[in-house]
Parts: sequence; C-alpha cells; structure tokens
Amino acid sequence: MKSKQKIDLVARDLTNEVHEANFIGAKMKSERRYAALGRDYADPDKLRETAGLVKQHTLEHLDKYLEQAEASFERNGAKVHFAFDEDTAKKTVLNIMNEHGCKSMVKSKSMLTEELELLHYLEDQGKEVIETDLGEFILQIDNDHPSHIVTPIVHKNRRGIAKSFEREGLGDYNDDPETITRRARAHLRQKYLDADIGLTGANFVSAESGRIVLVTNEGNARFCMAANKVHIAIVGIEKIVPTDQDLGLFLNLIGRSGTGQQLTVYNQFIGGPKLKDQPNGPEHMHVIFVDNRRTEVLASDCREILRCIRCGACLNVCPIYRQSGGHAYRSVYPGPVGAVLSPLLAGNRFPELADLPKASSLCGACNEVCPVNIPIPDLLLRLRDKAKREGAKEAMKGTPNLAMWATMCSQPTMWKAALTMGHTMNHIPTQLIPHPSAMSWQGTRKLPKFEGGEFRKWFKNRK
Amino acid sequence: MSLLHTPPNRPTGKSVQLMTTCLCDAFYSDVAKATVEILDFLGCEIELPDGQTCCGQPAFNAGDWANSRKVIRHAEKTFSGDKPIIVPSGSCAAMIFHGALLAFEKEEDLPAIKAFGERTWELVDYIVYGLGITQWPGKFDAKMTFHRSCHLRGSRSPEAVNALLTSVEGVDLQPIDEVEQCCGFGGTFSVSFPNISEKMGELKIENLTACKPDVVAAGDMGCMMHFGGMMDKQGMPYKRMHIAQVLRDSLKNAGKL
Repeated sequence: MKSKQKIDLVARDLTNEVHEANFIGAKMKSERRYAALGRDYADPDKLRETAGLVKQHTLEHLDKYLEQAEASFERNGAKVHFAFDEDTAKKTVLNIMNEHGCKSMVKSKSMLTEELELLHYLEDQGKEVIETDLGEFILQIDNDHPSHIVTPIVHKNRRGIAKSFEREGLGDYNDDPETITRRARAHLRQKYLDADIGLTGANFVSAESGRIVLVTNEGNARFCMAANKVHIAIVGIEKIVPTDQDLGLFLNLIGRSGTGQQLTVYNQFIGGPKLKDQPNGPEHMHVIFVDNRRTEVLASDCREILRCIRCGACLNVCPIYRQSGGHAYRSVYPGPVGAVLSPLLAGNRFPELADLPKASSLCGACNEVCPVNIPIPDLLLRLRDKAKREGAKEAMKGTPNLAMWATMCSQPTMWKAALTMGHTMNHIPTQLIPHPSAMSWQGTRKLPKFEGGEFRKWFKNRK
Repeated sequence: MSLLHTPPNRPTGKSVQLMTTCLCDAFYSDVAKATVEILDFLGCEIELPDGQTCCGQPAFNAGDWANSRKVIRHAEKTFSGDKPIIVPSGSCAAMIFHGALLAFEKEEDLPAIKAFGERTWELVDYIVYGLGITQWPGKFDAKMTFHRSCHLRGSRSPEAVNALLTSVEGVDLQPIDEVEQCCGFGGTFSVSFPNISEKMGELKIENLTACKPDVVAAGDMGCMMHFGGMMDKQGMPYKRMHIAQVLRDSLKNAGKL
C-alpha cells in the first residue's frame, strides 16, 4: 500500500522471517512480563507509580544527587569524570586507556556506548574492543546494530548466526543454539584474559553509597572486571537513584518488566576499586558521567523520558514496534521510548527524526507497562506539536491538512451544512472520492454510509 | 493494569448534556439514538447542545495543536454549564478530560478547559459509576466479544462494561486474546501508516472473532469504522454493535422499551 512514512514502509517491506522473529519475541516477553508481575504483586501499578515518583524526584534534584554521587564515589576510591558531550565522553575513555597503558578492552552491554559509537572510535584509535554480551558480540562480528535495547539480536535467527560464526572461524556450520553459545563462551574466555581494561555501563547508581548496579543474565560484566586492573563505568546522568534502599523497588521491576524474570541472573553492586585487603578486582575504577544532551531533555517538556530504566517493556507491547522491528526507528533507541528519546537526543537533527513520534496510534500500552510510569503517549503528542510548529517535513508526510476541518468544526452553521451536503457522498462511487486519505483508507476498508443530520432530526421530533 | 486518568468528583446528576460525537453525527445515527434511549430509560433529562461539532482530537493527534485548540475552545463554549456531559465514546471522553489539558497547558484559558473535562463521562462509566447501576434489566441472546478500545485505558469503563454486559440475561461475553493490543485506527495514524494499521486491524479482527461470536461490540465508533470497514471489505458475517445499541436492544427484547 502507498505510504510516505518511513517506518510504515519498513514494516511493509520486512521479510516474513524478520517480521516473525520481532513479533514473536516481543509478544512472548510481554506475556512473561504480565505473568511475572501479576503473580507476585496484588497491584503492580502502585509499584510503577512509586518507581516513577522516585525517578522524577531524582531528576528534579539531579544537581544535588550528582554532587552526592561524585562525593560517594571518591570516598570509595573511584575517580569521577564528567563528559558534557559525545566527543568528551569518547576522549575520556581513550585518555584513561592511554594513562593506564591499556590496549585491549572487554566491555559489557551498554546502550550509552551505542549512542556514542564508542567501539568504532576506539578501534580507529588503534585499540582492540570486544563486546562480551552474546548478542552484542554477534552484532559486532556482523557489523550490525541492536534492534532492541534488551535483546539486541531479536531480529536475527540461529541459521544466520551459525553462518557468521563459520565465517569468523569459530567452528563449522552448526545452528544449535547451545553449540553457538559454547563456542562464543570459549572464544570470549580467552579475550577476557587477554584484555587489560574492562568497561561496563550501569543500570543504577546510588548517590548515597556510590555503588553502581549492573544487571545481566550472562555474567559477562563480572568477567569484564575480574581479570583486569582497570574498570571504567560509563553512565548516563539519569541513572542515579537517591539511596540503596530504592534499589529494592527498581531491581524488582526491571527483570519482571523486561524479560518476566523475578530477578536478573547476575546482580552486581560495585562500590569502588578493590580494597587493600581484597585479593581480587580492579585496582582502578573510573566513573564517567555522560550528559550528551540529557540536560537539554531535562529542560524540555518531555523530561519524564529520562526516568527510563531501559527494560524494553514498551517495545515488546507496542503494536507498531511489533510490526516494524527496531531498525525501522533509524536510531539507537527504538520503540516507544526511542520515538521520544531519539529525536530529543538528536539535537538540531530533530527534523530528521521528527517522524518517529508519529509512529504510534497513541494506544497507551507503553504507558500501561512502563515500570516508571512514563506518560509516553503524552510525550509523543508534545513532540508532534513541536514537529508541526517547527515545520519538520518528515513528520507531516501523509498527515492530512486539518485547517479547513478546524474552521468547519468551530462554526456550527458550516458543520450542519456539511452534514447535509455530505449525503451526496452516498450517491457517488466511493472509489472516486479524490481525497488522498479516503483513497488510502478504502484500499482495505469499506466506508460507512453517510447519515449526517439524521440523529439531530430524530432528536428534535422524539416524544 | 492501568492508572486512572479520569477526573475525580465528576457531577453525577440525571440532568445531562449529550455529546453526540462527530462520527455518530455524520455516520452512526443509530448509536446516538440508542444512547438517548437508554439515558431516557434511566430517567435522565437530556440536553443536546445544537452548536456541537467535534472534540478536536483529529488535529490534536496529528500534532496540529493550534487548530485543535480552536475546536476544543468551541466545544467548551458549546457545552457551558455544570451538568454532566455524556459521550458514547471513550476516545472523545479521554480527549476532553486528558488530551485537551495537554493542548492547553500553556494557555490562559486552561482552567475553563479543565472544568469542561471535570464534567465529562464516557457513557458506561457514567451509568455504572455515576448513577451506581450495576445490573442491566435487559435480555439479549448472543455470544459476544467486546473490543476494549485504547482510550478506555486509564478509566473504569472496561469494568463498567463488563459489569453491565454480564448482568444482561442471555449475553455470553467471551474473553479475547491480547485485549491490550490496539486495533490500528488511531485517527490520522491509519492514513499515514496504512500498512501497519492494516496489519494491526487484521490481528484485532482475528482475536475478536476467534470464538465465532454473534456480536462484536465496542464502545468507540472510530475503532469500529476502521476494523468494521475491514470486516465489510472482506465480507465477514459478524454483526457489530456499539455498547449503547446492545443495552438498548436488550431492553427492547425484555419488553422494557
């Protein structure tokens, strides 16, 4: 069917195989989420509401909590860096590597590093970087991008992955998932030992204690740190929560919301480099707080999006994401959260991504599942208004002009005249209605019969 | 699982204003008639403000807030007073008590718009939680599915519909799979994203008709225009009714109307 919206075209042209993978993956995770929360809590909405309030409070006092977090980290012996923009963030990582004489990095999954394109930057600077999350490792060897923030290779299937492994010399073709995993494991074990620096993100940062919290299902973040002398944690400034006690709420929500797990398999609490009497662990810990337009988002009328804890529940439940897949969003963050966050993080490239907030029927399922109760549909609407006011062409493609309609709707005489005149529509073949919206509509739907004014007449004459 | 968006303490009197909705005004006159007939049956005194047109949602969702405000302002003036405003559509109701507040958040007349929303009820929400009626004295022999339209999220309308329909003698209300999934209408969304909209519609129709119901019911004619139009194009036999029509016809079947 004809369409001008890019995300709609991607959905139309997706192969059945990729569509199925996206759709089934998302649906399954939604069902698990629903079951896990419903089984364990009488009223999960109360939890979501509370978690949202905690995050919103933190964001509204971020200056205070960032200072507190910095002091806590330094008390624990970690070094804190602040990076206002993308370039500074990448250079900070490079400088730390050079300072400690590091050449080879193992890293765990971090959407922020995707945002910064850190991997390519470090490679260009002559460093070796290995992704150790299985999905991210597969993306790295395929030079591909994540299509989902929690399950980055949901768009792939095991046959394709088996071919990639064969190509990379990781064994003969074998598409048994367990074999693939074992081969990756054997390959990565050596990489952990060969590396000299480990980099992780952080799911949460407690300002009170200066602890970072990492949740994984593969334990790879632990390995990234275990054999290395230096640990870098690269963190978006919005990841802070006030106290350790708050973590109970968030850790109970993140696993259940994202994958339907009561708790993710590995939950690490890292409070600085190793202490003198500890036998193992990195001797140096660097925490890099990255802004990269987050303060701009904080100053905007869409600041609630910074509450996001990257669980992916909104992607999984979203009927548009289910049809289009994550790559359709042309940005690091896909799905409903991405449709808000990506155009905002694009800064003056906002017009290029201004169509993303249009890719929603505003059904509200995302808000209903969000563990921090982000009013995503409201934010999508605010961005639609912004796109219209700023004349962003990508956003307006395929949207009918509603100026005439608004005039008619604010003048009752015109409205009533149109109600009467509309009856002529019943006498012309509907396929001939020259309006593009009506033509597009009728490809798959029959228009209803026009009955304008009938009810008003009936109401006047009743009794 | 949803947090409430409906305003607290809405007026509950029986002297009401009826918002027909533009779709019923132009296409679905029987839904508006059915709404009047059941409100009559409940002893309501109904005022139909003559100048009414639309709630402003098409432009609001399209991102054209300036034009949307023009229409919302007109609606607010048309429905002056302090009576409850009853709307046979979850979508238009949510536009007035939730959407309009967003469109007006930086406008001087926000208080008037807010007051407008604080009088607005979706029809079944009003019957059950406004008037306190939980038993419907009708009769309707049919296996039925109900499309919980997206704008009923954040309201108690789904519970209200469930209470009323299951109390009607003869109604066999069947649950549907993936009740939280949108049908793909979304106003201008269905025009600008035709391929995704159609795929969503197909899934919804599949779920709504899986049990081979006699009637597919809904509380929003927008959704029904979209997925009903698809069903008609494919020549599907299932009868479609707005919840107001089901309630009205059940009274007729029971000889109460």
